[in-house]
Amino acid sequence: MISIETQKENGHDLLILRGEVDASNSVILDEAIQKLINDGSKSILVDGQGLEYISSAGLGVFMSYLEEFQERDIDLKIYSLTPRVYEVFKILGLDQLIPILPDKTAAF
Amino acid sequence: MKHQIRIYCETSALAELRIFLQKTLGEFHLSDKDQHQVTLAVEEVCANLIIHSHNCNAKDHIELEVKEASGKLIFEIKDQGEAFNLIDYEIPDLKKVIGEKRKGGLGIILVKKIMDEIEFESDKGINTCRLIKWFQT
Repeated sequence: MISIETQKENGHDLLILRGEVDASNSVILDEAIQKLINDGSKSILVDGQGLEYISSAGLGVFMSYLEEFQERDIDLKIYSLTPRVYEVFKILGLDQLIPILPDKTAAF
Repeated sequence: MKHQIRIYCETSALAELRIFLQKTLGEFHLSDKDQHQVTLAVEEVCANLIIHSHNCNAKDHIELEVKEASGKLIFEIKDQGEAFNLIDYEIPDLKKVIGEKRKGGLGIILVKKIMDEIEFESDKGINTCRLIKWFQT
């Protein structure tokens, strides 16, 4: 189960993830990001505090947008990941490709 | 007691698989971090089988058995789909994954990095993939 909420704050788009992202629902994450791009977002901040689990299907969604974000000058940051989810980003080396911040204040 | 589960080849079964693993792994001496990671690795292999070998055909199934052997935990995954030997699968370069906007390929990197040993055999139409995690001492 995944739930995604979006909020606007100081010109940033917050993408608040809760639950578990796997191959059965990663398309929901994909659509949420696509919508923010279509709506002209320049800064996407992903709140990972409630993200309990993410498999490669979800990680792959972030990966698949990295080039487009660079081309369109869109800033992507992830913050407040739990230590065990952060570990998974590190195993893949995604922490070298996406700024991962300890909390919301650091991401702003 | 045997720790085994049969899941059907649809992605909605992955949540069921995680619940089984969480319950089963609670009985072994694994750190929270290892528990999370081996769950992920087993799920990645099963997701690959469900999606690529079985085309999400819910009539097909996969069997998983978790066994403890001297100092290690063995996850034996059996299916009867098209054999996919992940040992031979060359892990893609991360930069290539980004360039091609591919959403796949990452799962196998995770499995290979998380597990200590991987075995694969195919016999009379049954494929067996064994993922092995050594206990930290």
